[in-house]
Amino acid sequence: MPFKDMPIRRKLMRIIFLICGTALLAMSISLFIYGSRSFRKSSLEKLSTIGKIICTNSTAALIFENRQDAKEILAALKAEPHVVTAVLYDEKGKPFVHYPSELDTNAFPLRPGPEGFRFAHSRLEGFQPVVMETRRLGTLYMQSDLGDMYEEFRNYAIITTLVMILSLSLAWMLTRLLQKNISVPILALAGTARMISDKKDYSVRAVKRSKDELGSLTDAFNDMLEQIQEQNLALNEFNQKLEQKVSERTIQLENLNKELEAFSYSISHDLRAPLRGIIGFVTILEEDYTSRLDDEARRITTIIKNNTMKMGHLIDDLLAFSRMGRKDIEKTTISTSAMVEEVIREVAPDDKNGHIQWVIDSIPDVKGDINAVRQVWINLISNAVKYSAKKAAPVIEIGFISRQGETIFFIKDNGVGFDEKYKHKLFKVFQRLHSTDDFEGTGVGLAIVEKVIAKHGGRVWAEAAVGKGACFYFSLPD
Amino acid sequence: MIPNSVDLLLVEDNADDAELTIRELKRHKLANNLYHVRDGEEALDFIFCQGKYTGTRDISHTPKVILLDIQMPKVNGIEVLEKIKSDERTRQLPVVILTSSKEDPDIKRCYDLGANSYIVKPVNFERFTVAIQSLGYYWLLLNQNPV
Repeated sequence: MPFKDMPIRRKLMRIIFLICGTALLAMSISLFIYGSRSFRKSSLEKLSTIGKIICTNSTAALIFENRQDAKEILAALKAEPHVVTAVLYDEKGKPFVHYPSELDTNAFPLRPGPEGFRFAHSRLEGFQPVVMETRRLGTLYMQSDLGDMYEEFRNYAIITTLVMILSLSLAWMLTRLLQKNISVPILALAGTARMISDKKDYSVRAVKRSKDELGSLTDAFNDMLEQIQEQNLALNEFNQKLEQKVSERTIQLENLNKELEAFSYSISHDLRAPLRGIIGFVTILEEDYTSRLDDEARRITTIIKNNTMKMGHLIDDLLAFSRMGRKDIEKTTISTSAMVEEVIREVAPDDKNGHIQWVIDSIPDVKGDINAVRQVWINLISNAVKYSAKKAAPVIEIGFISRQGETIFFIKDNGVGFDEKYKHKLFKVFQRLHSTDDFEGTGVGLAIVEKVIAKHGGRVWAEAAVGKGACFYFSLPD
Repeated sequence: MIPNSVDLLLVEDNADDAELTIRELKRHKLANNLYHVRDGEEALDFIFCQGKYTGTRDISHTPKVILLDIQMPKVNGIEVLEKIKSDERTRQLPVVILTSSKEDPDIKRCYDLGANSYIVKPVNFERFTVAIQSLGYYWLLLNQNPV
């Protein structure tokens, strides 16, 4: 786990541990360097002191060339186990005696070297002059191994390690205890926040444990909770009121809708029955009193019947329009091509001899309410057929334009068209741009188209020129 | 009219509609055994031989078809239909619903209750005559009722 993602408790532990460890290590290293230096110095001094004693003791033996005495003096070095070799040279620089006596002559320098002791190849060695008053009697060579120094170093290392382990464990224990001061309030705060977000209970408060920054953080956190709780309460209250209002309105609307339905039912029922009576009895009049009716009377009865029929259509169309407005749309995938073909068969069944030239693109499927969208196609295609019927060679073109998020369909004819300055009236109920004498109609078809498309979230518009035909567009969102 | 030999029972409160219907049926000689009642209550009395029809006819002599208007005062067409279709003795009796309105919210209800047909009376008189004539032919002459 990367450091930044570690739990705060572990982070704190690691930081403190790292700092302690580094400080201890730096101290140990510096102590070690200092120790080794002072030990080398003292070893050097010690060897030179021993040398001085031996030199002083061996002056008589050198003057009198008494080998036996000299040997005994050197043998005293047994007390210093680290002094491994000692050689006494005579005045002329020739080895006089050596210690230990069984030593091979190759194991020491044959002639004395420069004065003084130095460290060389893991040992300490050097020469010292044997002098009496001002006369030089000879030279002493001594060699000491560094065994005791190494031993000292080892002890030193062991102690340092032990101290480090001890101090680090102590630091670890202290850290464990003390980091709680920082981590516990933070963890408590985090825990409270998590609990609140899990349970969505904003009445919970974090416990303040200190007066430091964490304390103010806790206070700020609690303040925020307080505000959220208040706002939630207000929001809930508002929501409840709103819901109540919505349900009240819904009930009102439902009632209204029911009333409207009942109203349209009775309109269609009660208004149609008398119309049927009028037409029925006028027809009976025509049939039963044929001989007594002259041509003018016949013309008048026909007018009565036509007007009554028109009234019937108006009622039907108006009801269709109001029904379309009240019905909810149910979107499914519509196979547009099949639908258009079906609608054409339905609205232009008499066009079997191919009077109208149909230009139909392979139009794509769309999402929409099947019955409502069929009604749109019926109204637009039957309009195109109706308004181009008087042309010698009517051409009706059906196509589409694919756009981002929507499909635009168009139905274009070369019929009578309309004056674009009345465009704004086109989709209004009972608005007609042609007289009933020229073209039959109640002025409801395009209003239904507009309503259906608006309910689908689409748009309708048209382009036209008088005598040159019209093109109606409607878009459906994908 | 001997109520026992009624082939067609017309239940219609609108006198004009009734007259036009009967006239059309007569033209095609389909109204010989037609009986006209003016509301739902009378229709039920007739069918179940109750009220003023008590003892006048036998309930087992059911008509071949009932032409039933929906919108009627007192007992409406739906209630009549419900009673006919829930009674063992009359359940198989064909009932043709006649209504003036396409908007009828009860169309599904009528079929659920077991209506055999549902016909919207057209305003156009020619279509109206065709409708009446064909349903007369179908139910009185073509259709075979269970014996």
